[in-house]
Amino acid sequence: MKHLIKIISVICLSLSIHALAAEPTVGSTLPKLSELLPGAALPKTTGKVVLVDFWASWCAPCKASFTTMAKLHDKYAAQGLVIIGIGVDEEADKYQAFAAKHPVGFTLVHDAKQTAAAFFNPPTMPTSYLIDRSGKIQHIHKGFKGAKTEAEYIHEIEELLRQ
Amino acid sequence: MKRLFLFFAAFALCLLSSCSSHLERVKPFERGNLAHPLMRPDRDSLLTAMTMHAYFSREASFGGGGVGGGGCGCN
Repeated sequence: MKHLIKIISVICLSLSIHALAAEPTVGSTLPKLSELLPGAALPKTTGKVVLVDFWASWCAPCKASFTTMAKLHDKYAAQGLVIIGIGVDEEADKYQAFAAKHPVGFTLVHDAKQTAAAFFNPPTMPTSYLIDRSGKIQHIHKGFKGAKTEAEYIHEIEELLRQ
Repeated sequence: MKRLFLFFAAFALCLLSSCSSHLERVKPFERGNLAHPLMRPDRDSLLTAMTMHAYFSREASFGGGGVGGGGCGCN
């Protein structure tokens, strides 16, 4: 009986731990993207303000957000902002077609196996994570609401760049 | 006996609370196929018209297919 209770306890604990395994939130450290996106050409992010954006070719607000991201890159890249757009399309040709149709100055990488997406578990598309110079996630943007989100980005990025 | 009951109650609680997270749900980043234009219910205007006609011919099932109006039947 004691053995049975022990076995059940272990199963129970492992299930609960699995249930508690959480995605990155505000305050948590940005995981190593090179491990989540093996083989992807990623820019150096040490000591930089980083904006990690999850997008997909089939997502209309993602398309709208690209203009804003490009603007932010042009304005703040010299001051230390790095934008990484992670495309989560399952089909490589759709990712490439979208990237070719929307040429931007910032880095685009393809999360072909959706490993990074599964780890971050973005609650909606697009979702972006704004990370400070120490590597901690400071803001999470769920969705893209045009000028409102753009104004929020500008305010938060300028604040983080000053730190 | 009471201890055993409490243990199994705690076990059931943990197990059930884990269940909800183990359900297979389509994640937002996996909705590429669902977002495809072919998945739109009104992708074919002829099919939509025929469906509405079928609904109309069975009066009780007509209407309520759009978002305009409050469902009062006054439009």
